[in-house]
Amino acid sequence: MEVMKQVVEFFSPIYILMLAGFLGYEIIGKVPVILHTPLMSGTNFVHGIVLVGAMVALGQAVTPLEQAIGFLAVLLGAGNAVGGYFVTERMLEMFKSSKGQEK
Amino acid sequence: MGYVIETIYFLTAVLFIVGLKRMSHPTTARSGIVWAGYGMVLATVVSFTHPQIQAGPGNYVLMIAAIVIGGAIAWYGAKKVAMTAMPQMIAIYNGMGGGAAAAIAAVELLKNHGDAAPETHVFIMAVAGALIGTVAFSGSVVAFGKLQELKFFKDDAKFRFTGQQKLNATIFGAAVVLGLVIALSHSSSGALISVFFLLALAFGAMMALPIGGADMPVVISLFNAFTGLAVALEGFVLGNSAMIIAGIIVGSSGTLLTLMMAKAMNRSVSNVLFSNWAALASGEAQAVTGSLKPMEPPDAAIQMAYASKVIIVPGYGMAVAQAQHKIWEMCKLLMERDVVVKFAIHPVAGRMPGHMNVLLAEAGVPYDLIFDMDEINEEFSTADVALVIGANDVVNPAARTDKSSPIYGMPILNVDHAKNVQVIKRGKGVGFAGIENALFFADNTRMVYGDAQKVAAGMIQGIKDLG
Repeated sequence: MEVMKQVVEFFSPIYILMLAGFLGYEIIGKVPVILHTPLMSGTNFVHGIVLVGAMVALGQAVTPLEQAIGFLAVLLGAGNAVGGYFVTERMLEMFKSSKGQEK
Repeated sequence: MGYVIETIYFLTAVLFIVGLKRMSHPTTARSGIVWAGYGMVLATVVSFTHPQIQAGPGNYVLMIAAIVIGGAIAWYGAKKVAMTAMPQMIAIYNGMGGGAAAAIAAVELLKNHGDAAPETHVFIMAVAGALIGTVAFSGSVVAFGKLQELKFFKDDAKFRFTGQQKLNATIFGAAVVLGLVIALSHSSSGALISVFFLLALAFGAMMALPIGGADMPVVISLFNAFTGLAVALEGFVLGNSAMIIAGIIVGSSGTLLTLMMAKAMNRSVSNVLFSNWAALASGEAQAVTGSLKPMEPPDAAIQMAYASKVIIVPGYGMAVAQAQHKIWEMCKLLMERDVVVKFAIHPVAGRMPGHMNVLLAEAGVPYDLIFDMDEINEEFSTADVALVIGANDVVNPAARTDKSSPIYGMPILNVDHAKNVQVIKRGKGVGFAGIENALFFADNTRMVYGDAQKVAAGMIQGIKDLG
């Protein structure tokens, strides 16, 4: 049993990698050209999740140097997330149809 | 607390996926970013209670300060910037993400692990993420500088020299070797790590510096994919599932988007990265014969007003002149006169795929009047007037016929098939590719010189004068 558990633990990140990889491929694959820039901006926002990693890294920092780099990480991560969100939102706000707003 | 956090991270991943899926359709796109936004807020809030955070309250103060400062600057920038400047804003925010991933790696590498040192493969992932993230950071900063047309970056040629690729390869190789040394020896030596990061920074900048503005969309998209990958790698290091899933999705979708963009320009990604157009243009170019025939805006307007179908081809010139509002105003006047108006968008018009769509949408042009190249290319032969606004290379017929042309083989809009062609252009200069455009010299082409916004205003007046 113990061996089996180790095997599963070893393989689960690989499964995540494969499935998430295909998912990203699928999402982009069917997108009309008009949404390429907003979607690129959207994916740019999504990797703003680096913010949570930055928070953890800063949370573990002990020496002043680690704290300084951690601070920089959180600063940049927050910039990525917030900036990415509002740029994408501004772009997408403008997509309207002449047949009126349909949801 | 661990279960709560993992559950929230899981929920965040779901929200991201649903959000991106919704963003891939025009009618639901607006709600997609909001879904993803909720995911981000949830993940951020819950991360304050992350069990891996062990240091004192001082770090919480730093954390909140960093989020407030970074968020406020980015919010201000994103709200204030003009729509034409969107590509460089994406570049700079992307660079921030790459920098954050690299900084996480730096903290992890510098940490004195003591007895609880992680295994070698964790070090390798931390180093790989650091390298990729740093390259994305410095490369994106250069891309931003170029698109913002900062003076220092203005002349692409001055960054091109012989042996450049060898030098870049040497820097990259040195960074990889040093990275491996750090990873395999589990070293936390500040000197080694600093040199490693400096090499990575230099490589990212050197990689982006010689690339011309026209190729920047492909490069920004590539760096976007890089950042995704770096985030995923650091996610593995920290054991953070939200980062892993989000990072991989961005990595794979970004890679596909990069390939699609490069394909639309009929160039391979390696071609974009490792060569430049000036070096490509070899052999005798086909001589362009004929003359440029100017036309005044009111005359152009009359020609369009009496047409039954007008196809508008916007390009970067429209973005620079911020002419989209005036153009749409003119189109509405034409439509009142029962002229069929359509917009034809080349995949790489402007500085980024979809850039023109965003600008037209900003002006209020409904997206069902906007057509992709494949949808509309057949229709040019039935159009009375094709109005080209500040586009050049994407309508150059040399791409079809002239084998020596640097853009040979690139799919183009068949503007030359229209009965009449009008070209709004600031001056007689050549396009990004630096080549003459035979279309402008054709018998049925008239050149309307001037700033696109002023020309459009002149055209509006011309149509109004008809009564």
